[in-house]
Amino acid sequence: MDEKLAFLTICGMGAVTYLPRLLPMLFLSGRTLSPWITRWLNFVPTTVLAALLAPGLLCHEGKLTLNPDNFFLFAAIPTFFVAWRFKSFFGTVATGMGLVALGRYFF
Amino acid sequence: MPTKEKRCSDAVERFSAEKKNLRFWNGVRQALPVVLGYIPVGFAYGVLAQKSGLGLFNAVAMSVIVFAGSAQLIGAGLFGAAASPFTLIFTTFVVNLRHLLMSAALAPKLKGWKKWQIAFFGYELTDETFALHTMRMAKRTPPKIETFAVNITAQLSWVISSLFGYLAGGQLADVRPVGLDFALPAMFIALLVPQIIKPVYLMMALLSAGISVTLYLLGFSQSHVITATIVAATIGVGVEQWMKNSPS
Repeated sequence: MDEKLAFLTICGMGAVTYLPRLLPMLFLSGRTLSPWITRWLNFVPTTVLAALLAPGLLCHEGKLTLNPDNFFLFAAIPTFFVAWRFKSFFGTVATGMGLVALGRYFF
Repeated sequence: MPTKEKRCSDAVERFSAEKKNLRFWNGVRQALPVVLGYIPVGFAYGVLAQKSGLGLFNAVAMSVIVFAGSAQLIGAGLFGAAASPFTLIFTTFVVNLRHLLMSAALAPKLKGWKKWQIAFFGYELTDETFALHTMRMAKRTPPKIETFAVNITAQLSWVISSLFGYLAGGQLADVRPVGLDFALPAMFIALLVPQIIKPVYLMMALLSAGISVTLYLLGFSQSHVITATIVAATIGVGVEQWMKNSPS
């Protein structure tokens, strides 16, 4: 693909990304939503984050990976604990990265 | 010689300018965990974009125009595989459709915002900025300038790290030994845990994770997130209602 067509394609990719980001907040921000919708939306942060996270921890190259070589899964357990116990954003990320680095260094 | 009123209004102006400055830097500081996660992923995207044959301008333009981690990684792969513009645009649409739900979830927090402010805010809505704003806006209404500072810092770090990734290109040192590739999963954990405020939320997080993994393994690797989110949130409302109605 030549660079000009590639740029136009990227603009198209930008447009289809931007509209779903923009339209709901543009149309819903001024309205009072029904309690049912509000309750449904209250679940979204939890369910979307769990759905984003889980395949990264449990799968590797398209396969379920529950064996000891899966450092991500083992690092995740103490990382969850730190997030829950200490409520520190930075501490949680540092713990996770540190454990993965250590695991790779020693095994 | 300035009058007393003039001196006074000057002082007020100085004070409010200082306050704005402070709020801005406060936002920059709050974005740092996201920046930490974006550096390795943006870098990885840059390397991949360089290998896929995209030019420097287009590779960085994608980070400015699209600004979406997973979609850009997939996009760079598709450019490398000489996919058609339609395939690229349609795949990006499907992969990023989940933002629809995040945008709706944040909408009630933006009451009274001007249209252009919402337009600017929505442009930089990603998984990570969404989670961060959900946390920031849960209990209070942070100043808008702080909110925009978070977004601008996040995207700037994304654009700069993709540029560096592109320039590093072939001579990339592996980021895996320092565990940088775990930055994003760790960040999702840090953002997910504070959301779980009731047992029913924990149940739905597990359900959503299960659905997401199942669909992913079945090959629906572009729609697994949005499907799991919708199904689990819907069941969650039902379970919550059922628990309320049943005497305990």
